[in-house]
Amino acid sequence: MNTASSSPSSPSSTSGTTLTTALEMSAVRKVYTMGDGSEVVALDHATLTLASDEMVALVGPSGSGKTTLCSIAGGILSATEGRIVVGGEDISGHSAKELTKFRQNKVGFVFQSVNLVPFLNARENLLVVDELGKRTGAPARARADQLLEELGLADRAKNLPSQLSGGQRQRVAIGRALMNDPSLVLFDEPTSALDTKLGEQVMELIRNEMKSRGRAAIVVTHDERITHYCDRSVHIVDGRLEA
Amino acid sequence: MKLALKELRRRPGRFATATVILTLIAILLMFLGGLLDGLIASSTGAIRAQDADAIVYSDTAQASFVRSRIDPELRAQVEAVDGVTEVGGIGNVQLGARVPGNGPRDLASVALFGYELAPTGVPDAPAYGQAWADETIKASGVEEGMIIEVGPARSPIEIIGFVEDTNFNGQSSLWASPDTWRDVLSANRPDAQLGPDVFQALIVRGDGANLPDAIDAATAGATDSYTVDEAVAAIPGVTEQQNTFNQIIGVTVVIALVVIGLFFALLTVERTSLYGVLKALGAKSSTIFAGLVAQAVVVTAIAALIAGTLVVILDLVLPAGSIPLLITPGRIILSVLLLLVAAVLGCSFSLRRVLRIDPASAIGTTS
Repeated sequence: MNTASSSPSSPSSTSGTTLTTALEMSAVRKVYTMGDGSEVVALDHATLTLASDEMVALVGPSGSGKTTLCSIAGGILSATEGRIVVGGEDISGHSAKELTKFRQNKVGFVFQSVNLVPFLNARENLLVVDELGKRTGAPARARADQLLEELGLADRAKNLPSQLSGGQRQRVAIGRALMNDPSLVLFDEPTSALDTKLGEQVMELIRNEMKSRGRAAIVVTHDERITHYCDRSVHIVDGRLEA
Repeated sequence: MKLALKELRRRPGRFATATVILTLIAILLMFLGGLLDGLIASSTGAIRAQDADAIVYSDTAQASFVRSRIDPELRAQVEAVDGVTEVGGIGNVQLGARVPGNGPRDLASVALFGYELAPTGVPDAPAYGQAWADETIKASGVEEGMIIEVGPARSPIEIIGFVEDTNFNGQSSLWASPDTWRDVLSANRPDAQLGPDVFQALIVRGDGANLPDAIDAATAGATDSYTVDEAVAAIPGVTEQQNTFNQIIGVTVVIALVVIGLFFALLTVERTSLYGVLKALGAKSSTIFAGLVAQAVVVTAIAALIAGTLVVILDLVLPAGSIPLLITPGRIILSVLLLLVAAVLGCSFSLRRVLRIDPASAIGTTS
């Protein structure tokens, strides 16, 4: 058995108005061809389904394929084979251009070192998503203000990242990930740079934000201590998923 | 692009080095262009001012007044050409002039013309012994009504007024009657003296296509005729000056291009991680590259604006006639356009790097 994981949810419906699954990955493989012609299998027949409000911890050691799976689910990398459906959109055969548009509309990212744009204030960091994508203007500004309010950052909206604490920066990054109202949010090692206490606070925040909004999330981590904040854990070893 | 412009506004210090270097390059570019224009203007004004459809020299003159002779017979042949309506003789002699109040060795360089048909901006030929002078001679202390002594024979010429932009070979021009010119020539350059009614060249007005060719055909090759533009370019040394300066200007533009290219290539390398994140968030490579170009264009435009202002101030504070600097809006606009083209081309060095930034680099890395 080289694939694993299951979901309590049923398959997605692209025709209905409500989607019960945020992510469906079926037998997804990612193979890299090296300079000498040899092949490295980074992801081996991975099958994973996430309900629309489910939070999954993706746990594994370095080099196990966590990043590859996360990148494929987020439309950053294309799979060598297999089927990937995110928020009802089958991205398996998407071109690079289509994947760019998909990322603008369907997924949110929170990167390992937060990676806010250093010369933009908190509010503008949220608005970057709209600027790079739909450019809706006023509705985007209203949404950014609302998210900052909900994340407890209303009074920090004009602050640059350098003027914010680590936790506040993490919250801005979460706000940015939610700006496009994504079907799936991908958290890349959100606690790796934080001490235990702040790490727990951040995971609490992530869980609250995802659950209150009914959003699905994959939390990539190698830290088993934070997995209990998620609905379930999926382990990955040598590119293979294990329940 | 909005993002890129915000970065420029919020982090101006980051672009200060490039702006300063580009400002210096822009000053150099505009200054070189101004010198070229000044040199060419001071060498060609007398020809550019001619209201002529053809300027006729003798066949072996190579567009040089000194080497050219047009006798009355040849002139008659030119006058007989179909389409020719007016013909006027013109001649020139270049000498040093003693100016009252100046030391005996402090000579003003003058190019004295004798003319029959008045150039644009120059009144009809004055009485014998008088001349209109180009205003640049004022820098030598010459005033209206002053009598200057021209050449080793100290031929007296009374300055009765001033005209503009009529210099020749970098010397202030004097516009006199043909008799004045012929006598000054005889007195000061006996080897080059000319008989009565002999001129060095002809100013021809008329209609009909390609009058210079028609004239040369009618004289069976005894003349060498030019349009005004051709005659300007044919003045000995003008094309060489233009080529030399244009090559220096070209090298300066290439230096600007390399400076911009290197600066933005370095910025791109520094921003690889940020661009990776933006791409992961859905930014297209074209959006990122457009931002880079916008920054380069704005930095260059600011540098050009500062340089343009400084060069205009320099032009105002330099004493008139000290160096042949001519700053025109056209030259400044041309310099700005060249720099902007260099900015866009310089940025294109970074295009491949921007295209190659992988959004996947944003995931699984700590910076």
